[in-house]
Amino acid sequence: MAWTKNVLRVNLTNGSITHEPLNMQWANDYLGQRGLATKYLSEEIDPKCDALSPENKLIMTTGPLTGTPASTAGRYSVVTKSPLTGAIACSNSGGYFGNEMKNAGWDMVILEGKSAAPVYLYIENDKAELIPADDLWGKSAWAADEMIHTKHQDPLVRIAVVGRAAEKGCLYSAVVNDLHRAAGRSGVGTVMASKNLKAVVLRGTKGVGGISDPARFLKVTEAGKKVLADNEVTGQGLPALGTQVLMNIINEVGALPTHNHRDVQFDGAGKISGEAMLEIRPGDGKANLTTNGACFSCTIACQRISTVDKTHFTVKDKPEYQGNSGGLEFENAWSLGTDCGVDDLDAVTFSNFLCNEDAVDPISLGATIAAAMELFEEGAITVEDTGGMELKFGSAEALVWATEVTVRGEGFGKDLGLGSKRLCEKYGRPELSMTVKNQEFPAYDPRGMQGMGLAYATSNRGACHLRGYTAASEIMGIPEKTDPLVTDGKPGLVKAFQDATAVVDSAGLCVFTTFAWTLEDIAPQIDAACEGDWSAERCLEVGERIWNMEREFNLAAGLTGKDDTLPKRLLKDAAKTGPAKGRTNDLHQMLPEYYALRGWTPDGIPTDATRSRLGL
Amino acid sequence: MLKSLQIEPEKCTGCLQCEVACSYQATSLFNPSISRIKIFTFHEEGRFVPYTCTQCNEAWCLHACPVEAIVVNEATGAKEVIDDICVGCKVCTIACPFGTVNYSQNTGTVYKCDLCGGDPECAKACPTQAITYVDSDHGGLERMRAHAEQNLPQDAQ
Repeated sequence: MAWTKNVLRVNLTNGSITHEPLNMQWANDYLGQRGLATKYLSEEIDPKCDALSPENKLIMTTGPLTGTPASTAGRYSVVTKSPLTGAIACSNSGGYFGNEMKNAGWDMVILEGKSAAPVYLYIENDKAELIPADDLWGKSAWAADEMIHTKHQDPLVRIAVVGRAAEKGCLYSAVVNDLHRAAGRSGVGTVMASKNLKAVVLRGTKGVGGISDPARFLKVTEAGKKVLADNEVTGQGLPALGTQVLMNIINEVGALPTHNHRDVQFDGAGKISGEAMLEIRPGDGKANLTTNGACFSCTIACQRISTVDKTHFTVKDKPEYQGNSGGLEFENAWSLGTDCGVDDLDAVTFSNFLCNEDAVDPISLGATIAAAMELFEEGAITVEDTGGMELKFGSAEALVWATEVTVRGEGFGKDLGLGSKRLCEKYGRPELSMTVKNQEFPAYDPRGMQGMGLAYATSNRGACHLRGYTAASEIMGIPEKTDPLVTDGKPGLVKAFQDATAVVDSAGLCVFTTFAWTLEDIAPQIDAACEGDWSAERCLEVGERIWNMEREFNLAAGLTGKDDTLPKRLLKDAAKTGPAKGRTNDLHQMLPEYYALRGWTPDGIPTDATRSRLGL
Repeated sequence: MLKSLQIEPEKCTGCLQCEVACSYQATSLFNPSISRIKIFTFHEEGRFVPYTCTQCNEAWCLHACPVEAIVVNEATGAKEVIDDICVGCKVCTIACPFGTVNYSQNTGTVYKCDLCGGDPECAKACPTQAITYVDSDHGGLERMRAHAEQNLPQDAQ
């Protein structure tokens, strides 16, 4: 079977490092990665604990398919209690780190307690040790990555690391691995830094095996790859334009949140779109996009590899930023660009580089800067607060400045590092925060996409597009087209997406496969790798169990059904332009039906019958 | 007709499917760390470059071996290591100008690409045809075709 069945437990308080067998009963019930690590976390910590205290734990975890040739099977997740939301956090990343963890022989690395001084964890197969990291503390994620490679004289180690933002307490700090990939959301990097843990460094040479019928496994994974290659989105759209294929599309349907969600369409969208990334720029005669790239085992290859124009103000005196680096995904281009009203592709690309360099979630950062810009326009934030910077919508200079001070935790950047909710509260205008459960929205406006509103409101980790991506159905017709402006049928659609996504996130696969794959494609791959009968039906049941377990964690942490809501702006202020003109999000028409479909009380609590049915 | 691995780095996405396939063929494990073909990432340049043994005609590794543990497979042209004969002296790893013969601490012998006996797994696994297995005498054919195409009249394209 495809689990290594081994867990590494590292206590940072007393330095003890122990090996233990994976709980296979839980693996049967929760599959792996997101589901299984959340089960461990739920059992081991008090959900009410302070997320930044030593009582919280942080789990790095692979799925049963991680490290196999199934397409996209290189994923790992970071699971912990979020300091941003107070809810469960599970952030998923690609690159090569997950594969390396699996090759080192670990399904899971559980990090607990807090080190007295900065350390990093070095794992070479069975051997693990904590190494002093005083020299790495205060360095960016990129600088620390380079120092660790140099120190070990080993170009092959894979590194997951936090940057300066996390050390300074920015509540939406990420864990960056392989320089440009990130477990991005909900402040998982902030938790890692709170433990005085700068990095996890891996070298795995054991190989991944244990699949009982490898010939069958290779056959079904080959069939899966063919489905991805033949699909228009995963075979052509994503490799060519990345997720940025969406910028113009979402703008046209009037669901592109702009100026902190004051508007739903952006005049400058075309200038920062995937298509714009292919255009030759006059400054240096190159296009923004150099090429696409793939994470481990991925046959889609949606990664963007980009440069900023050498003559642009952001990099012209900084040769270290003139080479290729991780380019813009749609969410980042939206948050740093559209939401801030900035249509300068080079400035947005540069801000994104900085987010990778210091391991910050660009979605939350961009959305927080957008909130700050509205606060500035409203006079709630002044140049006295910013130290002179005119924080205006549309200003590329303001965007880059705000990014720099936040990722480095300097001056006004500490306020921005609080996130949109706490920032707006601090400056007396909480209603201007576009968040759910204190987490900032991604790039889809719930007024122009009703289902996404319900998905945001009910997401277990706060506003998030990756917990139930009904945009696939509402815009792209996957698996079938639904009208984005209609609420009928959306509760069932949201539930189906949420449960299926929980399975994908627990298997070691990338959710982008679901543009082409259904559970009918995914279940046979899990089934061929894992012992037991993994039908699509069982997978869905596991997904539903995971969703309810996460819900129960949040309820135990003190959240309630009242937190399943959207900002007033989206419920009361109608969209001003586009196909959704005149519409608000009709959450009240969807939420009761959603609770009923989930088998929850009208207050959003799983009933005893539901708990019993799912074995919770 | 001998065939050779043809590598076109500009098509490589860095997914490592080739490394996984290579290691599985050799060891029945998915273990990129012992792959005979390696993908190198050049971040600044935005380039992924696959690299492996080119099966030199006058192979330095073969000539350097003191125990004749490296032999030519006449069917494929591959220089293959005979594990039972190899004594792990590593002289071939010094002789190879390209670094494509390597020593394994686990087995105590050296390992290198053997073209999988004439059906290389890396080429089959590559999703972008960055690695192909082509007629050794005509490795440049596809590149010639691409350049030739540029000379077509505009209305014929």
